[in-house]
This record gives sequence, C-alpha cells and structure tokens, in this order.
Amino acid sequence: MRQPLAPRRRGLTVDGVYRGALAAAAGVIFLVVALIVLEIARGAMPSIRTIGWGFLAQREWDPVADHYGALPYIYGTLVSSLIALVLAVPLGLGSAVFLAELAKGRVAAIVSFVIELLAAIPSIVYGIWGFFVLAPWLRNALEPWLVAHFGYLPLFRGTPFGIGMLNAGIVLAIMIIPTIVSISREVLLAIPRSLREASLALGATRAEAIVVTLDAAKPGILGSIVLALGRALGETMAVTMVIGNTNRISASLLDPSATMASVIANEFTEATGSLYLSALIQIALVLFGVTILVNALARALVWLTTGGRRDVAGAT
Amino acid sequence: MKRTMIGAAALVAAALVGCSGASQEAAKSSVTLTGAGATFPYPIYSKWFDMYRESTGVQINYQSIGSGGGIQQLKAGTVDFGASDAPLDDAKLAEMPHPVMHIATVAGAVVLAYNLPDLQQPLQLTPAAVVGIFRGAIKKWNDPAIRAANPGVTLPATAVLPVHRSDGSGTSNIFTTYLSAVSPEWKSAVGANTSVAWPAGVGAKGNEGVAGQVKQAAGSIGYVELAYAKQNNLTAARLQNAAGTFVEPTLASTTAAIQASAQALAADVRAPTVNAAGPDAYPIAALTFILVYQDQADAAKGKAIADFLHWAIHEGQNDVEALQYARIPDEVVRVDDEALGRLTSGGKPLLAAR
Repeated sequence: MRQPLAPRRRGLTVDGVYRGALAAAAGVIFLVVALIVLEIARGAMPSIRTIGWGFLAQREWDPVADHYGALPYIYGTLVSSLIALVLAVPLGLGSAVFLAELAKGRVAAIVSFVIELLAAIPSIVYGIWGFFVLAPWLRNALEPWLVAHFGYLPLFRGTPFGIGMLNAGIVLAIMIIPTIVSISREVLLAIPRSLREASLALGATRAEAIVVTLDAAKPGILGSIVLALGRALGETMAVTMVIGNTNRISASLLDPSATMASVIANEFTEATGSLYLSALIQIALVLFGVTILVNALARALVWLTTGGRRDVAGAT
Repeated sequence: MKRTMIGAAALVAAALVGCSGASQEAAKSSVTLTGAGATFPYPIYSKWFDMYRESTGVQINYQSIGSGGGIQQLKAGTVDFGASDAPLDDAKLAEMPHPVMHIATVAGAVVLAYNLPDLQQPLQLTPAAVVGIFRGAIKKWNDPAIRAANPGVTLPATAVLPVHRSDGSGTSNIFTTYLSAVSPEWKSAVGANTSVAWPAGVGAKGNEGVAGQVKQAAGSIGYVELAYAKQNNLTAARLQNAAGTFVEPTLASTTAAIQASAQALAADVRAPTVNAAGPDAYPIAALTFILVYQDQADAAKGKAIADFLHWAIHEGQNDVEALQYARIPDEVVRVDDEALGRLTSGGKPLLAAR
C-alpha cells in the first residue's frame, strides 16, 4: 500500500504555474486576433489612404477603372444574413422548444441527431445543393409564383434566375439552424423545472408555461441567434456558389448579389493591381468591423432585455 | 554544376538534332525550377514538365495559383518563372524589378456556350449581338439583332440569361478584351480586365460554375474556355469574325486567328489577338505566356529555363492538341525564338544561336 501523499508545500508554485499556463493560452488567442487585425489593417492601408471613408458608401466596384466601393457587398452581406435569420429563427426556436419541452426519449434523440448532422455538413456541400437542387426549384416553381402573386412588391420583381439573394438566404438559413437549435435547447433545458411547475400551478396552460420558460431563457436564445448570425455573415463558399455574384444593389430578392466574403473569395487570386488587392483586404477589414459591430449590438440587446441580470441560465 | 552544364549541352545537341532519344542517354540534370501562375494552361504545362523531366532530369514545379499570383511571385523573386494569360501592360512591366520577357506557349479560345433546347442549328451571333446580350440590352432570344444573323431559324421569346465568371480570370480578360475591341461603348463603359463591373447577368465561379448554370437554365448563355467546352460537350455559338464569316470555335480556327495577327505579334508579342482579320479566324482567341526575367541571376537555372522554353515551343507543340489547346503558328514560334535568343545571364546569351 502506498502512503497517502503528504500535503505539498509547493502547492502555491504549482498553482502559479497552472494559472500562468492558462493565462498564456488565453493570451495567445488574444495575440492571434490582434495580429490578424494588424496584418489586415496593414494590407488595407494603401486603399484606406487612397479611397478613405468613401469606400463604405460608394456603389461602384470597377477593377478596370481602379475604382472601389464596398457598399454593394456590405448590403449583400447584411441582407442575405437577415433573410437567413428571418427563416431560421422561427424554425430553429420551434425545434428547440419541441426538443426541450415536448419531445420524449427516442424522438428527441433522433431529431437532435439529425439537426446536429446539419452542422457537420461542409459548406461546399450546401453550395452544391443550393446550385443543383434549390436553384432549379426556385427558378421553375417558387420564384415564378412569387412574381405572379407578389410581383407588385419591389422585393419580388425581375427575372427568376434561381440563383441570387433568395437562394443564398435560404442556404444560409439551413446552415445556421443547428446553431440556434442546439444552444437554445440547452438553455431551455437549464431553466429550473420549478419555473414550469409554478406556472402550471398558477393555472397557466402548457403554451403559457412555455412562454414563461422562453422569457426566462431569452438571453441565451438571443446569444444563440448572435452566434448564428456570425456564421451567416462570414459564410463564403456556399454563398459564392448560389448568390449570383454581381455588384449591383437591387431591392429584389430574386436578383443576384454578392457578399463581402464572396467577393474576396472570387477576386483575390487574380487581383493584379496593388490598389485592387488592397481594396479587397479593406473589405476583409470592413467585414471584421461589421462582425464586431453586430456582436456588440447583440450584447447590448441581451443586456437591455435582461436589465443587466446575469443570474439567468445561459446569460454570458 | 559541371554535370548540369554537360546535361544542358547534351540537351542543346538533342534539340538541334530534334531527336528525344539522344538526350535520354545524356547525363541527367539536377536543376529544379519553380514556377507559378495561370490555371488555364496548367494541364499542358504539367504534361510538358513530366515529359521534360523524363528526358532531361530537369524538375519543374508549378503552382497553378492564377495569373495574378504568378506575377506577384515573379515580382517578389520567389519563383523562377511566372505564367499569365494576359500579357503585362507597360505600367505593370515598369513595376517589375528587372526587364521581363513574354514567351507565348499555347493558344486558347473563349466560346459562348448556350442552352436553347429547341434549337436544331448552331446559333450564329454577330459581335453586336454578343455585346448586346452581355450589356443587358438584348433581353429576349427573338430579338431582331439575333434573328437577323439566324435566317430561317425560329428563336424562342424567352429571356436571355447572360452568365459571366465571378472569379477574377484570364478567360474574363480575353472575353472583355474582345467586347472592348468590337464595341467602343463597351470599352468606355466597362472595359477589359480579369474582373469587370458586369452590367447584366449572373456570375458563377470557374468554368464549371458557368457551364453548370448554362446547362441548368434554359435561355442562358455564358463564356467558357474552348478546352472546357470540348471536354464537356457544350454547344457553342458560331461568331461572326472581322471578315464577316460565322466561324465555329475549333483548335484550327484558334490557330488561324493567332496566325492572322502574326504581323502585330512580330512587332510586340503582347499585341491583342481578338477579332483577328483572317477569313477562318475565330474572333475570341488569345495566347498564354510564360514570363521570365531577361537577365537570369543564376546561369544554370537560366539555361535550364531557356532550354525548356525552346523545347516547349518546338517539340512540345506536338502534344498540345490532345489536351484541347491550339498550337502556336510558326510565325509566333519565330517571335518566341527571337525572344529566347535575347535571354542572358550576366550579359551572356543563354542559348547558342540556332
């Protein structure tokens, strides 16, 4: 039999080393982010100097005239992500509530497995599906129907191409649903049973009890939506394949568009002029900025809706 | 070093005799060259590099990262040669640290693939119709501008969906150079480049993306490389050339187009070859280039590059058509030979006068 270990006198040092190692691990991440920002900013410098703030507001992106404006790409990024959220939030939240509150045993296991499977599919596969399966259906069925019935709205005017803003929004929605579902479900499951029981005891119906639970889980659910939005904003491959890649701003969802990530993916390899290359890097910088801004706004939203409470499940 | 020189000398001898068997017995060279650039000629280049390594031992590594990347790497001095579909213009040449030579290696063409399921005859297009389609001015297939060039053909009243490349590409550069050559309006409003601000249509990534979109959607029309269209059995339009004839895109009509531009190419190998004047010339044809510094810092490497390029524009041409590239005509081979004769290292010519 070995003797129990004697109490260590080096305990403090070990703690110190442990703490130091963990701090270093966290610090490295910080450093990597800082270096990325620095490097992108450095690469974007010639373009920032030449074009300045007008870069954000100009609609022309013309490599021939060496004239660059990011507005069509900022617009495309925000609108495609917005469509994705509009489609994915009700679906994702619905499945999360179903999984957390209603589904039992095997059904819940199967449904969550399938949803998590969605998250594991590489984005190129979504792109191929969007291009070969969704696009023909949109072109031949949904888009002509939208034009026929809602053509009076500027949103649904134009030629049904099949690929374009709508296609990109739908593909993005499917890609971000797993994020919303899995996080929201965990948050809902973390809400104490007593809350539901108390609601029911006070005479609430099942639906009303779910509303109470959802209210308590709001910060976590918002958090899941923000994470999903982050993925939608930066998604590159799938979007590039289905959005149609034109730098025109159009109110119609049927028209082709482009996002910041897709224009970089498209044009970086053959960008020969130095200002051209720099303008593309500046787009990366703007994308970075938009992501930070969206995240900050979402945090503020979470903070406002909870009144600064941090004791609720899922609050960060 | 000595072995390299012997190997290279043997190679020169072999090239002079024009017999590949002789070089097999020569001492193998141990020179390794690196290059980077255009994706369009990659299949033929990689075949050439294999064949050349087998016969001479010279190892050539090539990264097909795109013309822009190839130019950047040559400029930075990280590769021994670059490859580009578009020649460097005077401004870009001036940005390079040393004088750069263009060696034309093979020719290619850009074809207009279309999807009109009910059409039996090949579609014929005038330059004005092509410009109209890609400017978005021609919206229906039965537009008078298209009908006039296709007498006796019933064209559908369906929408025209132009498809262009979304990624920066040498193919786009050739196509927009053609549009600029035939239409002053296009030249002033849009211009020519690897990426342009397209006034109409949708963008798809790569030849495969454009071809995929065209195959899928009836009424669409897009431009792809001739080699890609041939390998994938795409239906390509006949284009009206400068002489007024409608020409089918083939390897022969591509070479004919380069040949028709021979005079301009002899003056400057970077001269545009689109909308060439010959009666058999297909109007959207272009050369692709390998870029090398005129004065090579490393004599052994420089010699190996010069020898390889000489082999590629002579013996190498016999293998290009199997891979759907068009040969360079003899006139261009002579232009290349003259350029290779001017390659030096430390001021000394790298190739003996032939």
